Amino acid sequence: MRLAPAAVAVVAAAALVAAPFWIYPVFLTQVLCFALFASAFNLLFGYAGLLSFGHAAFFGSGAYATALVMKSAYASPLLAILAGGGAGALLGALIGGFAIRRQGVYLAMITLAFAEVVYFVALQSPFTGGEDGLQGVPSGTLLGLVDLEDPVAMYFFTLAVYLGGLAMIWRAVRSPFGHVLRAIRENEPRAVSLGYAVQRYKLLAFVLSGGLSGIAGGLKTVAFHFAALSDVYWQTSGDVILMTLLGGAGTLAGPTVGALLVITISDSLAFIGEWVKFILGAVFIACILLFRRGIVGELVMPRLVRSKRSARPSGARRFEQTDSVR
Amino acid sequence: MSDLLASQILIGLINGSFYALLSLGMAIIFGLLNVINFAHGAFYMMGAFLAWILLQRFGLAYWAALVVSPILAGALGILVERALLKRLYQLDHIYGWLVTFGLAMMIESAFRYFYGVSGKPYAPPPALRGGFELGFMFLPTYRGWVIVASAVLCLAVWGVIDRTKLGAYLRAMVENPELVQAFGVNVPRMLTLTYGLSVGLAALAGVLAAPIYQVTPLMGSQIIVVVFAVVVIGGLGSIFGTVVTGFGLGLVEGLTKAVYPQGANLVIFVVMAIVLLTTPAGLFGKR
Repeated sequence: MRLAPAAVAVVAAAALVAAPFWIYPVFLTQVLCFALFASAFNLLFGYAGLLSFGHAAFFGSGAYATALVMKSAYASPLLAILAGGGAGALLGALIGGFAIRRQGVYLAMITLAFAEVVYFVALQSPFTGGEDGLQGVPSGTLLGLVDLEDPVAMYFFTLAVYLGGLAMIWRAVRSPFGHVLRAIRENEPRAVSLGYAVQRYKLLAFVLSGGLSGIAGGLKTVAFHFAALSDVYWQTSGDVILMTLLGGAGTLAGPTVGALLVITISDSLAFIGEWVKFILGAVFIACILLFRRGIVGELVMPRLVRSKRSARPSGARRFEQTDSVR
Repeated sequence: MSDLLASQILIGLINGSFYALLSLGMAIIFGLLNVINFAHGAFYMMGAFLAWILLQRFGLAYWAALVVSPILAGALGILVERALLKRLYQLDHIYGWLVTFGLAMMIESAFRYFYGVSGKPYAPPPALRGGFELGFMFLPTYRGWVIVASAVLCLAVWGVIDRTKLGAYLRAMVENPELVQAFGVNVPRMLTLTYGLSVGLAALAGVLAAPIYQVTPLMGSQIIVVVFAVVVIGGLGSIFGTVVTGFGLGLVEGLTKAVYPQGANLVIFVVMAIVLLTTPAGLFGKR
């Protein structure tokens, strides 16, 4: 049982290392940036069950913060991306702090509205370049050693950060903290009655997710030389939700698969222009109506359910069933 | 100075009319169907566009568009409810939101493909051109008409829900749909009609808006986020509260524009933050 995931991981690692020599590395870098972004979103949505409709705010603020550092005297990619993560985490604490005062769709509306505030700030502030965003951002050299203007070097740098972020999420999800997040998703009143300070857990999830989203935005800025106004626009929040749902919310690999699919669709169908959004909207609807667990979720779930059923004493199952009635 | 103030208050009331009409429909849909209708802005945009298309292609005047455009959009809404939304009633609210988000994407991109993003002017009908000199300000007739028409519409919707037998069924359905069904009311059909009518109301708002703003595929997504904020501030609990909040926030926005123009885009969200900190359930919300 343990062997299968390990084998998948080895194959995936080999594919990730070999990929830039087969496929255009700039495309792969883009996929990895959004895969990290979607994975960060998934921590909040897939595991804690909190739907944020404002994740573009975290991603975009990370992108802008990184661009500002790279254009300053302290232009170091690592420092800049950390600044991006800091900006995302700070906003995560701020917006999350407001959002967790309500639940469900209200929480989603609040995140959407505050993300709109961030959008207007990015549009109107003197230091964010208005409609143009911040362009001509250098990629810099990593620790004074590796020139990141080289696409393959940039790809491996992005890969390292992506894997680091994913490891962090993996660690968080499997920790007691992650289990409490899942308890909140499944049955919040019960988590409260068990004595967990759920608000604190939710806020921490927002900060983590915001910080990782900021790092993803920063990576994107370093790799593509700009922070765009569209990075903070709510359409980007919608894109990341689509990626996560399509790949499989609440699974570790799902958001990455979703990011790969959505970006492949957008890129390969770019020639039909506006219809891309039409197709993505239709995919969104089909995904929710037909396979809510997403691609990875549908592949993994049946096996998981079976193994859980055999592992659990029958008493526990009945408890779970009575619980889920309300 | 007072001229500026008065004209900004007028603009605020106009914006408020649209906020009220849209959040009203959204509140009704949420109350009955348990769906946050993200496509509400797209249907509003569609209403305005249909009016423009009807005029350009078929020479249909404003007054005809005021009837035809909501009927067309409402028919599409009925189709959407039958084909998509009715499958979601048993699920968590967020799925309804996400499906209507996908729908909004599809509608907007289709209009962008055919008509581009540039604004299309739509002239007010001859009967509503010109204006009145009120002494302290000049009131364009069309703007006065929009404020009166939307106030009457809001009042009519409130009256239907609060004072008629149909409204009593609807209110009962919010409380307990199974029981209402047991009394012989065709609940699924009522839900379909509710969605169709609310979408029609959004399209009607769109037609009213067409001569004021430029008609563009983006007008839906521009207004929907503000409508969400209005809904959070008002709380989805009461129809009356939603309407008051809509007009009130439009007014606040207008006043801010007169005093501190840069803050006008943000003021509604600042109000939202304050309301969340003090009364998290919203001004008129039920806990």
